[in-house]
Amino acid sequence: MHAELEKQGPWISRLSGTTKIVLLLALSAIGMVSYDTRYLVVLTIFALIFFYSARLKWRQIKALVYAIVGFTLLNLVLVYIFSPQYGTQIYGSSHILFGSGFLAVTAEELFYLLNMTLKYIFIVPLILAFLYTTDPSELAAGMNKIKIPYKVCYAVELSLRYIPDFLREYRQISFAQQARGLEISKKANLWQRVKGSSQILIPLVFSSLDRIEVTTRAMRLRRFGTQKKRSWYKAHPLSKLDWFLLGVTALLVVCGIWLFQVDQGRYYDPF
Amino acid sequence: MKQETMISLQDVSFQYRNQTEPTLKHIDLEVCRGHKVLLTGPSGSGKSTLGNLLNGVIPEEFPGELTGQITINGHAVSELDLTSLSFEVGTVLQDPDAQFVALTVAEDMAFALENDAQPVSKLHARVKEWAEILKMPQLLDQKPQELSGGQKQRVALAGVLIDNEPILLLDEPLANLDPAAGRASLELLDTLAKERNLTVLVIDHRIEEALQIHFDKLVVLAEGEIVANDSPDEVLRSDVLLRNGLREPLYVTALKDAAVDLAALSDLDDLLGLQLETKAQKKLHSWQAQLPAPSAKEKGAPLLSGRGLTFGYPGKPAIFQDFDFEIQTGEMAALVGQNGTGKTTLINLITGFLKPQAGSLTLAGRPLLDLSVKERAEKIGYVLQDPNQMISKTNVSDEIALGLVLRGVPAAEQTARLEKILRVTGLYPYRHWPISALSFGQKKRVTIASVLVLEPQVLILDEPTAGQDLAHYAKMMDFLRLMNEQLGVTVLMVTHDMNLMLSYADRALVLDQGQLLAQAAPAQVLTDAQLIKRAHLSQLSLQVLANKSGITDAIGFAEKFTIHERSKDNARRA
Repeated sequence: MHAELEKQGPWISRLSGTTKIVLLLALSAIGMVSYDTRYLVVLTIFALIFFYSARLKWRQIKALVYAIVGFTLLNLVLVYIFSPQYGTQIYGSSHILFGSGFLAVTAEELFYLLNMTLKYIFIVPLILAFLYTTDPSELAAGMNKIKIPYKVCYAVELSLRYIPDFLREYRQISFAQQARGLEISKKANLWQRVKGSSQILIPLVFSSLDRIEVTTRAMRLRRFGTQKKRSWYKAHPLSKLDWFLLGVTALLVVCGIWLFQVDQGRYYDPF
Repeated sequence: MKQETMISLQDVSFQYRNQTEPTLKHIDLEVCRGHKVLLTGPSGSGKSTLGNLLNGVIPEEFPGELTGQITINGHAVSELDLTSLSFEVGTVLQDPDAQFVALTVAEDMAFALENDAQPVSKLHARVKEWAEILKMPQLLDQKPQELSGGQKQRVALAGVLIDNEPILLLDEPLANLDPAAGRASLELLDTLAKERNLTVLVIDHRIEEALQIHFDKLVVLAEGEIVANDSPDEVLRSDVLLRNGLREPLYVTALKDAAVDLAALSDLDDLLGLQLETKAQKKLHSWQAQLPAPSAKEKGAPLLSGRGLTFGYPGKPAIFQDFDFEIQTGEMAALVGQNGTGKTTLINLITGFLKPQAGSLTLAGRPLLDLSVKERAEKIGYVLQDPNQMISKTNVSDEIALGLVLRGVPAAEQTARLEKILRVTGLYPYRHWPISALSFGQKKRVTIASVLVLEPQVLILDEPTAGQDLAHYAKMMDFLRLMNEQLGVTVLMVTHDMNLMLSYADRALVLDQGQLLAQAAPAQVLTDAQLIKRAHLSQLSLQVLANKSGITDAIGFAEKFTIHERSKDNARRA
């Protein structure tokens, strides 16, 4: 029955949308709270398995990765500058590696920053892997399964559906306005460009409102929103692999909570 | 045996809440199970309102005062809401992009069933079943952007037929399709209706195109009242269509003008099956022999020409390879061809929205390629199909003057040019009006004026007559002809409308897969069977008529007929 769903491809793309969402939400929650290095390393390895199986091409993710790396570095520098002694506060000891005074670099601070970086290192590959291997409709179906109202889920899907149409419309209007004599290229100064953009926005807003009205009618004529529940063509029952991964996720979360007990708090203190 | 009534309206009137007059007045209409009805009428006649009454959009979305009794499949509509009505009446909207709400074909087909929260296994089974019926299992994973207009319409049909509604309502199904796709769509509808005993209501004003399949009834609405409700054969015999600003099939007009005795002809709506007796043939023969032959319009000097143009989107095969074309000074040319064959790309190359990878473009011998979009727009005006995509001001004069303002034309000159164009275009009385108060046709006229005010040498129009009935359409085209004759503006229209091309273009450029298949007089193009097939055009009904009556020169016949029609138009206006 679900023959068409068993497409060839990496196993990650065959995972149910529900599994991916639950996994992502659960692991990012526990991962954000915990500062246990050993635990974060385990999560990172777990995330990298997904990342590798997604077989992403470097050019697909290049821009995103650069942006995230840049942001993380900036974040680390800022955290250090604003509270260089925060590590000492947490771990209650101070091993100065070099420097002195307020900005002295301590082993504790570096260890704290390492833990923070690990959080990014584990969450980013996970998000990237899911982002590129999940069909938007399946995502919507998955969101609905964890009790997010289906109208919200469908809104997500619908916005993805209409992005290409919207872009085409934008381009068309922009061309037409340029032909009227609107200069929005680099030849014009900033103020002219801002003013010019409003000239594109007005027709775009009006035509989008029209579009929304007609689309809403088309949906209502096929009974959208009349029932409490909705089924999804792209939903498929959880497979063994799904259950297995959900089990692993549950185990990891329990493990994380248990570590709070062991560490007597969120931080693992090697000092 | 009495046939079962599926749709019944008794003394139905409807007035929108914000209007002072009722849009529908005392409508009585009965449609039997398994019948196909073509509902037609000029813009504003109330035909869309009638459709919206049947599927429940009225009064749910547009409140107003409704009187009379509407019964659908035995249920009084007053007791049904939009949801329960949707199980009786499946609606296919005019705009295929709005109708297609899901991300893939399969999901869109399943949409209604998903909303009923049917089990997933059933969704898959039904989608599979309907994909087989409509012969499109290979399309199931496609996205809407990847489909042609005809394919989108097939998906739309599947999306409403999937839950077995007995009644199908189609709003302007021919509006967005090229002639061949339109015909295919109608034939599919015909087959489905027969196989499943569907009751079909088609709302459209393209009567000749729609009548390519058999309809049981042709209903004509005008000013909110039914002015004809009979077999298409009977309606065509009368003059009710022309009297109400609708276009009659050309062959019917020809038969009438030749004074052929229509009472002796049966099945006038079925052109292919039409039997002409010797007497009728003779009449037609002698009538066309006395029609004045067209005087060849003098061939102008080349104005806009492209040489060796090559263009392709990055990573995709080239759309144009070493492509040549030429538009002559003072002509009205039509650019035709099937959807997705490069018409829009060519226009975008001319207007500068796209840059060719090789080749040259010249206007009156001067190279164009170095000029920006803005600079080219002063010489080549471009009017989009949808006026709402062009209009960015709230008042008519401001909108028309915008191009002058943005170009820094001195105020005194602005006023003079604005006034001149307002007068020429007949928009002078509306100059202080808010644009939102204008009709679609008037808005279109505003956009043309706003381009003409820049005094371009060439005017390019994308589907100039889309969304307009004959009366508005003729006004618009006569206006363009006037601009062509008085201001000497060369006109290039991109169109799917074969009637438009025949009646108004001096020359047709037939584009197919980045090649010009033909550049010839419209009558010549529309009678060339091979060309018609390759470029997705449709055969001229006049040609079929010519063949049936032994007129050998079908091209000459079509050309003479066009001249005759034009002189009738002129006489009517004078």
